[in-house]
Formats: sequence, C-alpha cells, structure tokens
Amino acid sequence: MMTDEYAAGGCDKVLLVQAEFDGELDAAEAAQLAAHRAGCPVCRAAEAELAQARELLQGDLYQPMPDDVRARLLARLDLAPPQPAPARRFRIVSDFAAWRPPTFGFGLGAACAAALMLFVLSPDEQSLTDQVVAGHVRALQPGHLEDVLSEDRHTVKPWFDGRIDFAPPVKDLVAQQFPLKGGRLDYIGGRPVAALVYQRDKHVIDLFVRPVAAGTAVAPETTEKNGYNVVHWAQDGMAFWAVSDVERNQLRDFAAIWQRTP
Amino acid sequence: MAASAQNQSFEAVVLPHLDAAHNLARWLMRDATAAEDVLQEAMVRALTYFPGFRGVNPRGWLLQIVRNAAYGSMKLNRGIELVPIANGEENGGAAIADLPSGGDDPETSLIKARDRSHLQQLIGALPVELRETLVLRELEELSYKEIAELTRTPIGTVMSRLWRARRLLVQATSEQRKAS
Repeated sequence: MMTDEYAAGGCDKVLLVQAEFDGELDAAEAAQLAAHRAGCPVCRAAEAELAQARELLQGDLYQPMPDDVRARLLARLDLAPPQPAPARRFRIVSDFAAWRPPTFGFGLGAACAAALMLFVLSPDEQSLTDQVVAGHVRALQPGHLEDVLSEDRHTVKPWFDGRIDFAPPVKDLVAQQFPLKGGRLDYIGGRPVAALVYQRDKHVIDLFVRPVAAGTAVAPETTEKNGYNVVHWAQDGMAFWAVSDVERNQLRDFAAIWQRTP
Repeated sequence: MAASAQNQSFEAVVLPHLDAAHNLARWLMRDATAAEDVLQEAMVRALTYFPGFRGVNPRGWLLQIVRNAAYGSMKLNRGIELVPIANGEENGGAAIADLPSGGDDPETSLIKARDRSHLQQLIGALPVELRETLVLRELEELSYKEIAELTRTPIGTVMSRLWRARRLLVQATSEQRKAS
C-alpha cells in the first residue's frame, strides 16, 4: 500500500502540487514548484492522481435542493421564494409560503411565471389571524406538527431554550381534556414564535405564543377564517392565538382554561 | 453578492444559497430525511441570526450554520457516526475497502466506478472531515481559505484532508479495478 507515503515522506512538496492544481499558488510559487517538479517523480505521480481524482468527481454529484424539499422548507419558514438564480427555473411554492410580495425586478419571464402563482397580499394587508391560520394548516401536513413530541411540559418548555429568545409558558391541561402533545417553532409576523400543540378528541389545537409589551391585556376575541376558529388574547406579557377546527365554544373553553390555569 | 447584507432581506441574501446548503447537508448526513431535518434547523437558526449578519459572504455564513446543525445532529443521533481522523492517515481506508467491489471484468468495473451512485457510496464512506473538505472544494469550489474558515481548521489541515480524501477515492477505484 502506498497510502500517503508521498505526504508522509515521499516528497514534502506534494501538498504544494495539490495547491497548484487547485489554483491556490501565485505565479512565483508556481514557477518555483515547476522547477522542482521537473526532477521529482513523486510530484509528477501526485499530479496524475489529482487529475484522476478530479475526473472521478466530474460526474453529476452535486445535490441541489429538490423542489419538494424547497417548498416544505420555505412553507415552514413562512418565506417567499428567492429571486431565481441565473439559469434556474422559477419555482412555484404554495400560496402560504408566498405571503411576502414577490419582487418583479427580474424580468418578463418571472412576471409570466408569477401569473401562475396565486395573487398574494402584502404582510400589511394580511392580518396576524390569517398568518396563524396558515401556520396551523401548514403544521397539519404530515410530519410537521411537532418538533418536540412530548406530553410533559417539563420536556416541552426547555426545548424552546436557545431556539427562541423568550420562554413561553407551557401548561398541561390533560385534566381538562386538552392534553399537551408537543411544541414547535413557527414564524408569525416575520418573527419566531412558540407553537404549543394540544389535542381535543381528534382535533389539533395550535397555541401560538409570542411576547408583547408588559401590561398588555387583551380579553379573548374569537374570529373564524377558512373554517378554522381563532381565539386571540394577551396576558402576563404574552400574546396568544389558539387555532383549531374544534367547535368555537370548545376553543373558547380552551382559552378560558388556559387563562385561569396557573 | 458583493454588497453588504445590511438592509437586504433574508430572502434576497440567503435563499439563493439553498442549493449549496442542501448539497452540504446531504453529503454530511448521507440521508435525505436527515438532511432535510438539518436544513430545517439550520434555516431557523439562520433566520434568528440574520439580523446580526454583517458579512459579505452569505454562502459561507449559511454553510457554516448548516455544518454546525449537521454536526449537532450527528452527535445527538449516535446512529450516524462521527469518525475521528486525528489518529493517523489510514482511517477511512478500511471503510472504503468494505464496500462491495464485485467480480466484473475491468471494463464493467470501470464503468461502475464512474457510475454516480457507486461514487456516491465511495464518497459517503469517507470519514466526515475528509468528506466535507472534498465536497466544499470539488462541488462547492470554495478556496482553501474559505474552507479553513468554514470548518475552523488550519489551512494546512485542509490541504492534507483534501489530499487524503482524493487519494482514498482514487485508490478505492483502482483497487476495485485490480481486484476484478
């Protein structure tokens, strides 16, 4: 076996040969090396091997992000698709992912492609309610509901440490028929929020939590959007949005129980 | 992307480098699902850190976050091993030698060696430090300096890792040819 005998003792210039091969030497260094290499069989052999290695790697080895991975990633992050890089076809992501207005500075082709996309509202026009409902719907897609799967609030709460810059309150409401299922990180209004996942019978309740100015108190307000109920309130320096397809009264109960549970 | 990232949106600065992020995550994790989980984690971190990003190299910045997330995940999931390479030059050769070599005639085995999936296997069998250096150099075409910064490794180590990675690949394919 000849493993690394070049580097180990065959010739100490081998790594320089490689550096030249990789375009890392300046002209003076390269000239110096060329003089040495003319009389060094080890370096010439190394050069041949480098060429072989590169030839091996000529194949189609690059792993660009597949469209489905991209769509899921952007949807989870609530981001619009990037401006297309040159020579990459325009990607259409779900309408939920594209709540930021597309930028049309990149030509007609993209404008045509945009005609295929659903018209999207600017963030200002789209209320937080819409966003939490969109976040809830996204999370219902397979495998995306919880990042931390636990019915124990002492597991769920620390999970947010270091992932988010506030400590969301986590309550276990199993005695009230709303068992905790887990939690995840979500993005609402362009900033990270904690999403706690509860269950009522077969229904999932997402509770989005983010900090608000201390002293802000908002009594529960119930709205409905695309068949989902949303109850929003604020207490103890946190704003809450509970989103679910459970009946409106049950969701109100959930909010009321949460509010009075220490 | 020469302009400072200041005043530019995350979408404009970071998202053009998603392919690079995926390429690195996919090669480090060697598994599509694990790579996607790592990217998810990395992108959440990137969004969180982005307000503080003032650099001019968003690709390197993102790749570093991806790398950290990948190593974190590898440590958590011990099923995916982190192979230390500190103790000698020969590490990784054994893993490569374990790969099926087949009993084909030289021509077939040469074709096989060039076959994409087979080559992927060979690269996948490299110790993670060698693999990431090779991927960053040959597929991302980063400079030695960029790789050194990204992996927090001295340039000399980058050079010797790259050398070892290339040699192991060449040897593995030529041994397979000889064996058949």
